[in-house]
Amino acid sequence: MNPFIAAGIFIILAPIIGILIAGTDRIITARMQGRVGPPILQPWYDIRKLFEKRQVAVWGAQNFFIFCYLIFMIFSGALFYAGGDILLVIFAFTLAHVFMILGCYVSFSPYAHVGAERELIQLMAVEPMIIITAIGLYQVNGSFYVGDMLNHPGLPVVLLPGALLGFIFILTFKLRKSPFDLASSHHAHQELVKGSTTEFSGYTLAMIELSHLYELIVMLGFVWLFFGDNLILCVIAIIVILFLEILIDNCTSRVRWQDALSSSWFVTLALGAGNIFVLSLM
Amino acid sequence: MVCYTRPWCREYLRTLINVIIMTYLQKSPWIIHYDASSCNGCDIEVLACLTPLYDVERFGIINTGNPKHADIFVITGGVNELNKEVVRNIYEQMPHPKVVVAIGICACSGGVFRECYNISGGVATVIPVDVYVPGCAARPESIIDGIVQALGILEQKKLGMKAGVEEAV
Repeated sequence: MNPFIAAGIFIILAPIIGILIAGTDRIITARMQGRVGPPILQPWYDIRKLFEKRQVAVWGAQNFFIFCYLIFMIFSGALFYAGGDILLVIFAFTLAHVFMILGCYVSFSPYAHVGAERELIQLMAVEPMIIITAIGLYQVNGSFYVGDMLNHPGLPVVLLPGALLGFIFILTFKLRKSPFDLASSHHAHQELVKGSTTEFSGYTLAMIELSHLYELIVMLGFVWLFFGDNLILCVIAIIVILFLEILIDNCTSRVRWQDALSSSWFVTLALGAGNIFVLSLM
Repeated sequence: MVCYTRPWCREYLRTLINVIIMTYLQKSPWIIHYDASSCNGCDIEVLACLTPLYDVERFGIINTGNPKHADIFVITGGVNELNKEVVRNIYEQMPHPKVVVAIGICACSGGVFRECYNISGGVATVIPVDVYVPGCAARPESIIDGIVQALGILEQKKLGMKAGVEEAV
């Protein structure tokens, strides 16, 4: 497919799919807690409402940083689905988060600062595993281009089981699910107020929500790479993984940041780096 | 689009747009809950609304705990001299459009504590209140009813905001 068309399809379809996934997530979470839950389009209603609200900001710079967060998240996703270089995708992805952290640091709110620090810790916990995933996929495919990886005949996951498990582990950070929802959580109503999103309101918060939807689709794209051109297996795997994430979210309580960081680095080292080491010996 | 210039059609389109905007506001009200010297009875009832039995999340209602994200300020208990400023601060941090729901008789009028030396009276002595939910403690059903009524006021305020009427704080 033409890379520009693919990028365009991503930009349009990603929020729609993201909203459906997030809505289903909230319904399943509610059912697990014995509740009925909101309608499936609830994330869309929330975002739409936030655009209607008045925006309050002590410093205007935070709007700019959050806008950059959204733009770089879209850029990284568009590059990914256009079949671009996976390393560039990861760099743009990290840069997007750096902008978000800068946005959190703009205000003088201590809650936002704690949230920003935790956002940094999450970034540190996640980045090594994402890089290792890219290296592992390169070893299997012999190319850093996503376009080549998606057309890979056979299943890269057979050679990269450790990398996939490690990636599922850090997906919990990225989806902001318990036990690793340190910076900002859907369920923490009174703890650290609202973490990294404390100081954002109106359309700035809506842009953050939108970026999270794009981020979700990019992360699911990484899962796709593990299954090459086998689309049916990929969809089944994504459904199973998301269900597992929701289950873990409802079964566990939040851990301290030390435990989050050390466990994620341990998993990265044991499963991710171990997998790559074994693969390089083969 | 040809008929857009006609007054009735413009009126119709405006109503249609308003209905769409109203629906979105109505479908996603986020609340912030503050206890201004309540006996905790009304607070327990507010939190009971979030439990599986009443499950207000099915209307899209979320308890945020952050004034900058909230649309509805749910306040319980009579305001005392110490937390007057806190209540006003939370109210002022909330972005427009916003509504205030006073839960319980203490929040409505000060209740049995009205004459106490440290109690200012109801919440209305500090910030403008839109919906009063009396009761000691207020039942979860009446709290949900009060919040649903607040949604109507929220819509009106939104329309006022669109028309350029700035709300007096």
